[in-house]
Order: sequence, then C-alpha cells, then structure tokens
Amino acid sequence: MLEAQIHVTLKKSVLDPQGDTVRSALATLGFPGVTDCRIGKFMLLRLAEQDPAKAKTQVDEMCRKLLANPVIEDYVFRITEVAG
Amino acid sequence: MKWGVLIFPGTWSHQDFAHVFQDVLQVEWGYLWHKETSVAGYDCLILPGGFAHGDYLRCGAIARFSPIMDAVVRFARNGGPVMGSCNGFQILCEAGLLPGALLRNDSLQYRCRWVHIRTERRDTPFTRTSRPGQVLKIPISHGEGRYSAPPQTLAKLRSNGQIVFRYATPDGQITDEANPNGSLENIAGICNEGRNVLGLMPHPERASETLLGSEDGRVLFEGLLAGALPR
Repeated sequence: MLEAQIHVTLKKSVLDPQGDTVRSALATLGFPGVTDCRIGKFMLLRLAEQDPAKAKTQVDEMCRKLLANPVIEDYVFRITEVAG
Repeated sequence: MKWGVLIFPGTWSHQDFAHVFQDVLQVEWGYLWHKETSVAGYDCLILPGGFAHGDYLRCGAIARFSPIMDAVVRFARNGGPVMGSCNGFQILCEAGLLPGALLRNDSLQYRCRWVHIRTERRDTPFTRTSRPGQVLKIPISHGEGRYSAPPQTLAKLRSNGQIVFRYATPDGQITDEANPNGSLENIAGICNEGRNVLGLMPHPERASETLLGSEDGRVLFEGLLAGALPR
C-alpha cells in the first residue's frame, strides 16, 4: 500500500509568529543555537492507487487544490510503500 | 432588494445579520444553507463570520468547496455584490474571489474588541454613501485576521485602489498601535478588481445600533440600499 507523507509550511517570506515564539522559548531553555523555527503541518494519506508515479501526480494535485494554499504556503511530500 | 445570508456548518454571525436586516433596516432577506446550489432571487450575498466547517485545515479552506460556492462565484463574476465579514472574508480569499490570505494574528491571541477603520475607497457599492476617509467604529473578533499577500499582489491592490479599509486611530491615523493583528499596511478590508466583492475582518452587523455601542456598520448596508444596484 502507498502512503503519502506531506509537509506544509508557511513560505519563507511569510512571518511565522508561532515559530518565532517557539525559537525564543528554546533559547530561554538553553538552546540558543536555533537560528530559525517554522511551524507547519504534517499529513499522512493512505492511497488506494498502486502506481507510485500516478500517486505522485494525484497527491501533487491534492496539495495544489486543497491541502496547501499556494498564496502563503509551500509543500513537499514523499510517497512510500507501507505494509497494508 | 433581497439579501441572502449564507450559513455553513459552524457559521455563527448569521443571526446578527438577520437581526439587522429584519429589525433595524427592515429589508427583505433570507438564509441560504451551504448545500443549496442556487442563489436566484437574491440581490446581495453575505458570508457571515464563524468557523465554517470548523476551520479545519485552514480558515475557509473546506467551505469554499460547499455546493453553494459555485453559485456564489457565478453571482460574483456577473457583478453581483458579495460581502464577507470575518470568516466570510477568509472564505472569499480561499475561493479566489479576493486575493491574499488571512493568517494567525501576530500576537498569537484571539482579539475581540472595538477597532476603528478608515474608509479608503468610496467607489464600491458598499461604501459609496460614506464620507471621504470616514472612520468607522466596528468590533473585531478573530484569531486569524493578519492580511498577507505577496509583494506583487499588494502592489496591484494599491494601484487598483482595492484597499477599502485600514485599521486606524479614532481620528483616522494609520499607526502600528491601531493594527490589531499585524495585517500588511493595516489592511482591514479589500475588494476585487470588479469592486463588487468586499471582504473585511470587522463585523458591521455588530455595529448597527447605538444601543450596541455603534451604528457605524450600517453605512456598509446603506450604500447598497441607496438606489439602483450598480450591475
């Protein structure tokens, strides 16, 4: 069975106050070496499609149409074979 | 002239709009459930605030696929006036009827309070009876109202005169302190290129009676009620 692992994050140009807050919390905790933090979403889809190439096309369309908003967000995903 | 008030699962401001239409303005109106596929018989559509479809994934992301939205898009493309307030603004952006997007407030906190917005444009069907630069006292109630758009979109909004409202001080100054959510250039409301679709984060329906603290919001309805529709 194929599984899609999708990461959606705010574009680099978009301010991420949540990420900034987490970064300063990490600095307070004694991790000053974190130079940037971006908060995003992780989605896991199980797919009925068995052909990885077709699955890739489908997931890309899903990301463009719904899962990410191209105005403010970037997405990356990978398709892997998992035990059904 | 009949006003259509859309209801999605999770919408919460529809009754406030209905109260303004029924009791304050005493005009014809009706509710439109999100599963309906026609808006025939309506002259202006309102997308109220709330949390349509729970705002799952992103605010407005699921609502734009509700059956009624095809009819809303057709209505808007034909020049019909559409106003989205708060969550309604977010839905209009997700549906592509307005450019840009609304993100988490820069404070990371939900803001529920009175704000002042300055009317930047009177050449929309909603603001045409307002005074030049009129400052309106209207409440906001949102966690995700930070207007954001890529630089080229922002430049286009400016050159086309699509920025309709900016957060301001009570005397109309555009300052950082007056910006409740970190919106780019204090943007509180924009219109489309055709000027018939308006989105704003504040709630005009909650500011339509002096008893409730302000009747400044009424100007947005009175513009449309004044004379023939600009269609």
